[in-house]
Amino acid sequence: MAKENNNIIDEVTTSDYKYGFYTDIEMDTAPKGLNEDIIRLISAKKNEPGWLLDFRLKAYRYWLTLKEPTWAHLHHPPIDYNDIIYYAAPKKKKELASLDEVDPELLDTFNKLGISLEEQKRLSGVAVDAVIDSVSVKTTFSKTLEKLGIIFCSFSEAVQNHPDLVKKHMGTVVPYTDNYFAALNSAVFTDGSFCYIPKGVRCPVELSTYFRINAANTGQFERTLIVGDEESYVSYMEGCTAPQRDENQLHAAIVEIIAMKDAEVKYSTVQNWYPGNAKGEGGIYNFVTKRGICRGANSKISWTQVETGSAITWKYPSCILMGDNSVGEFYSVAVTNNYQQADTGSKMIHLGKNTKSTIISKGISAGRSNNSYRGLVKISKRAENARNFSQCDSLLLGDKCGAHTFPYIETENKSSIVEHEATTSKISDDQLFYCQQRGISAESAIGLIVNGYAKEVLKKLPMEFAVEAQKLLSISLEGSVG
Amino acid sequence: MLALKNKTNFDWKLKYCKMKPQTQDISLKDLMVELFEENREVIFRHDTPDLKARRLIAFDEFKRTGFPHNKIENWRNTDLKRTLEASYQYYFEPTFRQGIDLQHIFRCDIPHLQTDMISQLNGWFISENGSLKKTRQGVIIGSLAAASQHYPELVSEWLGKLADNTRSGFVALNNAFATDGVFIYVPDNVQVEMPLQMVNIINHDREIFVQNHNLVILGKNSHLQLVQCDDSVDHQRSLVNTVTEVVVGENSILDHYKLQNKNDASTLINTVFFHLERDAKLSTNAITLNGGIIRNENYITLNGEGCDANIMGVYLVDKFQHVDNQVFVDHAKPNCTSNELFKGIVDDHARAVFNGHILVRKDAQKTSAYQNNKNILLTDKATVNSKPFLEIYADDVKCSHGATVGQLDQNAMFYLKSRGIGEVNARMLLMYAFAAEIINDIKIEPLRIRIDDMVKKRLRGELSICEQCVLHCSTMEKPVEFEIDLSKI
Repeated sequence: MAKENNNIIDEVTTSDYKYGFYTDIEMDTAPKGLNEDIIRLISAKKNEPGWLLDFRLKAYRYWLTLKEPTWAHLHHPPIDYNDIIYYAAPKKKKELASLDEVDPELLDTFNKLGISLEEQKRLSGVAVDAVIDSVSVKTTFSKTLEKLGIIFCSFSEAVQNHPDLVKKHMGTVVPYTDNYFAALNSAVFTDGSFCYIPKGVRCPVELSTYFRINAANTGQFERTLIVGDEESYVSYMEGCTAPQRDENQLHAAIVEIIAMKDAEVKYSTVQNWYPGNAKGEGGIYNFVTKRGICRGANSKISWTQVETGSAITWKYPSCILMGDNSVGEFYSVAVTNNYQQADTGSKMIHLGKNTKSTIISKGISAGRSNNSYRGLVKISKRAENARNFSQCDSLLLGDKCGAHTFPYIETENKSSIVEHEATTSKISDDQLFYCQQRGISAESAIGLIVNGYAKEVLKKLPMEFAVEAQKLLSISLEGSVG
Repeated sequence: MLALKNKTNFDWKLKYCKMKPQTQDISLKDLMVELFEENREVIFRHDTPDLKARRLIAFDEFKRTGFPHNKIENWRNTDLKRTLEASYQYYFEPTFRQGIDLQHIFRCDIPHLQTDMISQLNGWFISENGSLKKTRQGVIIGSLAAASQHYPELVSEWLGKLADNTRSGFVALNNAFATDGVFIYVPDNVQVEMPLQMVNIINHDREIFVQNHNLVILGKNSHLQLVQCDDSVDHQRSLVNTVTEVVVGENSILDHYKLQNKNDASTLINTVFFHLERDAKLSTNAITLNGGIIRNENYITLNGEGCDANIMGVYLVDKFQHVDNQVFVDHAKPNCTSNELFKGIVDDHARAVFNGHILVRKDAQKTSAYQNNKNILLTDKATVNSKPFLEIYADDVKCSHGATVGQLDQNAMFYLKSRGIGEVNARMLLMYAFAAEIINDIKIEPLRIRIDDMVKKRLRGELSICEQCVLHCSTMEKPVEFEIDLSKI
């Protein structure tokens, strides 16, 4: 009997992360450790121009002077930065021109993830850039996009083919001096996505990047740069998974978004890195710096995120609203279960006149997890008539988890209006009772209520993601009832 | 003894320690450390051995942390650099301005308010009737220094127990240095008839650094109304570091009011630690009308089931004033409620800081906690920093917080103007209405009327520090009214 029970428990605890497999692909890795030679090696492997190597070295030397930040509401053993492989790439024989030439194992990986590159290309009209262990393996649809003048490729390709654009924009939103993890990323980043929408172009398809950590002991350091030129529009999506491992792996990424005059950039992400097992072993440490700048007037940046994975999430997608009348939005659902810890939120820096921002954050904590919202709304002296509305709600499932809210509000302008409200509560017993007496099991009822609770954010996701996100929500909370 | 025999003639030989002039190389912290080492005997003179030990622990903590600075998260928005760079006199004995008329200084009281006045001048307890008295009801009121001699068990049971040295360098420094302050003890089952009023007035011909430590103990089933006033008489610079420890016993009720009206050159760090036992009720209300830098820190521990804490504050700041309200509510036990409401009007170059932190511990189920901070910004030079934090480890809770920063409602302004009320008066009326939510909650009626009047004056710009008098008038000549014909509304 006890054995049977154990089996059921095992099933429940292992079934919750379905992307935990590992693909055996021939890898090209750099030795463990971090020093200037490794950085030179990464730079050489990627055949980078001199200015980029200088940038990396500058960032590395600056990083050495920094201390790991401890202000977040997170607890983890110290990270040994010299015990990480900073470069791991699937071995490439030659440049790939079509999907047929891609390593079949690799294609299989993406099929398992539900990212059938070929199928997606045909059916959904989404352009996908797949990044495995920090190296972009395949970008679909680039031909179609090229006709419109849209550049959507891996970061390394962009460095080779569009060095001027990269040089002009890289590091202008998140400089390498920004913070500890941004400096680390600037020193060792291996790949990522680059996206440029020219003036007046409305990108007809959703652009999507899929990140996967595959190799053991590696860190993933990718860098995404999205530039929306004047009057352009793009919707960009990002997804991520990693194999199930007992050790913690580090992921420190940078995302930079630049929106020029009248441009609109929509960025959506479903973050589903391996969260660790039910005992809190393993999982990804996710330390990400994401920031967008509305440089021109009437521009708009919108962040939508669904955070279900990672043992630790440290992530504050931000908007600098520089142009007059620019708009920043942040919609987030963060779910933590078992021993997961999340410290996430948004920063809205109002610099221009009539700038508006909205923050909607929904935190859900279950098990023994801790889920914190940390945000900043700053209205500068010049930001006349700036307007912010923030709402951060937390839902608690179980009595061993924690939900915290740390909002910062700084106002220096009299004509601005800032509103912040937050609530913390558990699922109402009445709602649960209502569902159950209608014959819905406790677990599905909670799924239903949680989905309803998160609806406000989920509906902001592009259609392709919304379905996945809803499924993810219920999977992440599996086994948290009782 | 600290008793005052002759109110005008001070012929005691003051034993005071003049602080060495500060230079670039030696900070106030080092000076304080040096001062402590040199004056150990004076500081320890009334101490029981365990109090002495507590002082030394506090002193070590201060040596470790020093004064707070901007790098500390809770002090990010309150810059004390200029305050700490100034040089101060520090006294280990009561010290007053020569030829001062105490009657004159403390003559201003609140009309129609019958209180038991406890006077502190420059942080030292002064009284004409001895340093410790026991009222008819058995309430002990007096100086902390005297109480620690006469009631050593009572004092050492709580003194320094609540004031957590690690909270800030100021608390540690106060625990190490402070030798006097007010002691109040309300025995079990006593409903204190008259409100108690503690007035700490700073009036000195030198720039002084004052540290006083108050201890208020309420037994079971008792009730006390306590008004804590901080005032300054002149424009002399001063630094006041007050720590108050308050124990509210089982099923007791404490109404606590802070009235702060200080000159623009003064810095006041007013830290209060409240400890609530089962079913205790606390209501604390901080009214800040004027001051250079005022920082109110409230640490409230709800240490029994069924506690209720109501924490409120209103601040009206202008010029280069700075007001900082820090509230930490620790829901340590289940079934407690707490409610925070802080409202402020910030004008000119002033800055208002609010930092609320609600901690709901693991087993504190059925907690309900609310937190609200509302601000009106009148100029583009003024700044508001608001940080309403929630930290929750229990699931069956109802917690919410809100913060708003805005300006006067344009529609309301239009409404009033369309009824023939001038711009200035309409603004006054709206600002007054904004502040009235807090003022109307004051349960001592004469005090409410008084504060209501002061707020109105303050909003008209009439209230400021004058040379003669802190509270400006001992009697209200006529109630201040807005020049509004109410029949028109």
